[in-house]
Amino acid sequence: MSFMKSILAGTAAIALVSLSGTAFAADVAGAGSSFIAPVLSKWAEGYKAATGNAINYQSVGSGAGIKALLSKTVTFGASDKPMSDADLEKNGVAQFPMISGGIVVTYNIDGVKPGELVFDGKTLADIFLGNITKWNDKEIAALNPGVKLPDQAISVVYRADGSGTTFNFTNYLSKVSADWKSKVGSDTTVDWPVGFGAKGSEGVSTTVNQTAGSISYVEYSYVVANHIGYSKMKNAAGKVVEPTLASFAAAAANADWAHAKNFNEIITDQPGDATWPIAASTWVLMYKKPADAAANADALKFFDWAYTKGQKDATDLNYVAIPDNVAKIVMNAWKSDFGM
Amino acid sequence: MTASTDFAGQVVPDSAAISRRFRRQDRLFFLLTLGSATLVVALLLAILVVLAIEAWPTFSTFGLSFLWGTTWSAPRDIYGALPAVLGTLISSFIAMLIAVPLSVGIAVFLTELCPARLRRPLGTAIELLAGVPSIIYGIVGLFVLVPLMQSTILPVLMATVGQLPLIGRLFQAPAPGIGLLTASFVLSVMILPFITAITRDVFNTVPVMLRESAYGMGMTTWEVVRHIIIPYTRLGMVGSIMLGLGRALGETMAVTFVVGSVTRLQTSIISPSTTISAQIANSFGDADGLQLSSLIALGLILFVLSFCVLALAKWLIGRTDSF
Repeated sequence: MSFMKSILAGTAAIALVSLSGTAFAADVAGAGSSFIAPVLSKWAEGYKAATGNAINYQSVGSGAGIKALLSKTVTFGASDKPMSDADLEKNGVAQFPMISGGIVVTYNIDGVKPGELVFDGKTLADIFLGNITKWNDKEIAALNPGVKLPDQAISVVYRADGSGTTFNFTNYLSKVSADWKSKVGSDTTVDWPVGFGAKGSEGVSTTVNQTAGSISYVEYSYVVANHIGYSKMKNAAGKVVEPTLASFAAAAANADWAHAKNFNEIITDQPGDATWPIAASTWVLMYKKPADAAANADALKFFDWAYTKGQKDATDLNYVAIPDNVAKIVMNAWKSDFGM
Repeated sequence: MTASTDFAGQVVPDSAAISRRFRRQDRLFFLLTLGSATLVVALLLAILVVLAIEAWPTFSTFGLSFLWGTTWSAPRDIYGALPAVLGTLISSFIAMLIAVPLSVGIAVFLTELCPARLRRPLGTAIELLAGVPSIIYGIVGLFVLVPLMQSTILPVLMATVGQLPLIGRLFQAPAPGIGLLTASFVLSVMILPFITAITRDVFNTVPVMLRESAYGMGMTTWEVVRHIIIPYTRLGMVGSIMLGLGRALGETMAVTFVVGSVTRLQTSIISPSTTISAQIANSFGDADGLQLSSLIALGLILFVLSFCVLALAKWLIGRTDSF
């Protein structure tokens, strides 16, 4: 019965998307990642005001967005997880990064204030692997001299639903811990060794607030909105950094986009003294030789506008715009990818 | 059908034309209803076939061991159904354990004991409860019930039932409030109005004569309920319970909020766990390839499970003729 519900929901979403693709021929239709949805709708608003052209985006989740693109019901898909080179090749699809943001470790510990704790990758992996089970563990204490840590059990909370946040967070843990990589790995949902799941970013924030001794990870904007405990991180350069738009931007800027084939660059654990280690991006995916070339061209015009005029919207919503130099590389690549 | 044929049969001597018209109408009506009935069966079969086709890659990869596999890992592409299946069965069972006696009690009160003035408002309240969208149950569960479970109910359970031999183990775990028992509580509230409303309606079908005769013979209310009403309405009651169970097995949104989505096998019923529908709702949007097929295989299992439960219930009704 529930399965029918999911199918129905899926079909309804796709039907909606396809409807917007056919019934309003002038609109450019897209679907996918919910991470990029707020800023994309803000851009679409500004773009419509500036040019009169409408962009219709359905926030259905990265996987569903790719499915919608491959079934040719939308002009572009958006995904928090880049498509592999082989899949891009097979489907004749090209991708480019559209926005970045930060993922923040959040906690609720008796007597510990927001922003007081520092973690490094190895400690974080050990906590999420279940190797560290108490807050006053000496590994955590060593990173946090001067902080009074309670003798309290750690409750690991994770995103229950498939999510780009989980993909990037587990990607970071895989990079910093060989144990994590071999035992758990990285994907939009994984087989967590300990803890329990909460649904959606709201669910995670609420559960962390309700559960004493809990730790989890959410997008930065949820930490800002909910005033929940957040940690500093020790990055790849060994420096302790605060989660700020500046440190997320440093991660995006220090990533080696120019040499990344198909822009398949996941910007976790990047070099640089000011770099926040758990940053994330969303990619836009489009057919290289689409059935409707005009729609593709319209979509690219919109993305061009977003790269050049959309930075302020991004910052307002706690995102990090793709750096100018990277945007230039992307728009250069459009020439060979889409003949633009 | 028999009634209308009788009726048609009665008017035959009057006029052949009218009789033909009646028969044509009957025929048309028969075909229309037959079509509707066939549509249900066809839809059911179509769903089953689609599920089976889509689930095939899973069964050809893991074989039947998919059914008792306990790992669900997207990065390693290994999938097993056991934790979700057990979670579904256990949460539904606990929900029924709570909801059925409560519902029958409410129905007895409403039909036998309730002052006439209260009957309508109480009945309406229960029907309204059935109309609350499941996401509301999920949100109330997460924001109200979970903290209550965490701070009060679970510690008390662990200190009392948890200390008993044998079943005590089911109540021992770190208890974050989110978990299978919490989901069962939410489920029981959700199915309560369905079972109550139908049970009340079937209780009302007991002929006044039977009921009054029983009272007239000096039976107490309890005896009337036990010996007259329940035996008389047995089929309808089981039907209402099955409807509730069907809803409990398939309920998705509310459960997803409070069950905890842990895909490991758990030893305790208060631990975070998962159910088939929660698992599908959580992973469906982002799944592709083998994971998608495995989720559909889970759906197929739920389908078969619901069917088996229904069949078992029918068989049970057939077996127990008297209470």
